[in-house]
Amino acid sequence: MENKRKIRVLIAKPGLDSHDRGAKVVARALRDAGMEVIYTGLRQTPEQIVETALQEDVDIIGLSILSGAHKTQFPRIMKLIKKQGLTDVMVFAGGIIPEEDVSEMKKLGIKEIFGPGTTTEEIILYVKGNLPKRD
Amino acid sequence: MTKTEEIANGVLKGDRRSIAKAITVIENNMPEAQGLIAKIYPHTGKAHVIGLTGAAGAGKSTLIEKIVREYRQRSKSVGVIAVDPTSPFTGGAFLGDRIRMQELSTDQDVYIRSMATRNYAGGISKATKDAAKILDAAGKDLVIVETTGAGQSEVEIIRVAQTVVVIHAPGMGDEIQAIKAGIMEIADIFVVNKADRENANKTAIDIQAMLQMDNKKGGWKPPVLKTVALTGEGVAELIEKIEEHRCFLEDDTARKEKLLKTKAEAELLEAIKERVSRTLIEKLKKEKKYDELIRGIIEKTIDPASAAEKLVKKAISDA
Repeated sequence: MENKRKIRVLIAKPGLDSHDRGAKVVARALRDAGMEVIYTGLRQTPEQIVETALQEDVDIIGLSILSGAHKTQFPRIMKLIKKQGLTDVMVFAGGIIPEEDVSEMKKLGIKEIFGPGTTTEEIILYVKGNLPKRD
Repeated sequence: MTKTEEIANGVLKGDRRSIAKAITVIENNMPEAQGLIAKIYPHTGKAHVIGLTGAAGAGKSTLIEKIVREYRQRSKSVGVIAVDPTSPFTGGAFLGDRIRMQELSTDQDVYIRSMATRNYAGGISKATKDAAKILDAAGKDLVIVETTGAGQSEVEIIRVAQTVVVIHAPGMGDEIQAIKAGIMEIADIFVVNKADRENANKTAIDIQAMLQMDNKKGGWKPPVLKTVALTGEGVAELIEKIEEHRCFLEDDTARKEKLLKTKAEAELLEAIKERVSRTLIEKLKKEKKYDELIRGIIEKTIDPASAAEKLVKKAISDA
């Protein structure tokens, strides 16, 4: 019986932008790297994202945002993550997030930000090298 | 309290985080898995389990979203397990059924879990069956299991579900497809989705024609329904038929007894097979004869079946 523990990743799109090609590229890359990837689809509220992460018991959340709304969306998401007791989940983000906002986002608990031009290999390497220790 | 007890108690209370952890435990066959199932098993058997299957693209997930909404209108709580295939090459999976149900994700009485087949043939696995048990024990009135739509050999689903709904979309095959064994024999309800399309009627007629040639189900005549999942058209009627089937199963106590017995025996045999083969194979591999026999097979002095016979006979006589 095949029963190795698999890494489960949630790729989520908070905010209102409808560009998800990048998110899908990352999702496919992580799938090809042997992970189970759940994609939420577009225009997710913080509540939807965190509830999904909880029900799917994911190890990692990847947030993709291109609308510039990360400064409003990410704090809400990270607050809910704390509230729901999901602080052992590793959160990374990507999309259009200016360099000057990166440290602020990391202070919220987002482990890494992958801007435009990041290769999928970099993301896969990072994820595999930074797997959270979960119960 | 042990971790197993903590998770089990949480599941029985309907705590969502506990449900999530429980499914992870059984899916990864962690050491707590057996103890966990043992604790929750006495509390299963209350939910109505619906299996929903059909080829990819027929509209299963979209239809499930509408089905769940309809049941929520009737104040029923629902668990959904959406199964997608694991890549045989990479071991990874893209679990994309949930997208179509995302609006339901914040409804506290709906629990959705995406699972990958993890290379178990037939579209459904022990982990999926156990996940259904967990949602049942957690108090969900309904558990819907959606399978990969791997094609026509998805008969495994009947081991989990009490009501099997098979979804077709128009133009996916002519009447010959409708006659083929396997998936078409397991349906309690047929649905032709995307019924707004031109050839929907013909598809429904083809299925009806196949059903008329057949008299298997004895007592329950599988209806052929038409739906348009995107708009919700036909969904209320589908729910009515599901409920009718549930009552049919309840009322026919002889049939119910027989089904329960068949299921119980199948589960026991599966568990026995898994344990026997695991422990026996481990033991046989350690036998001195093992390597000798492999040599014999290569040199064609013995065939594999006879070699196996020798090993197994020895193990049984030693026992």
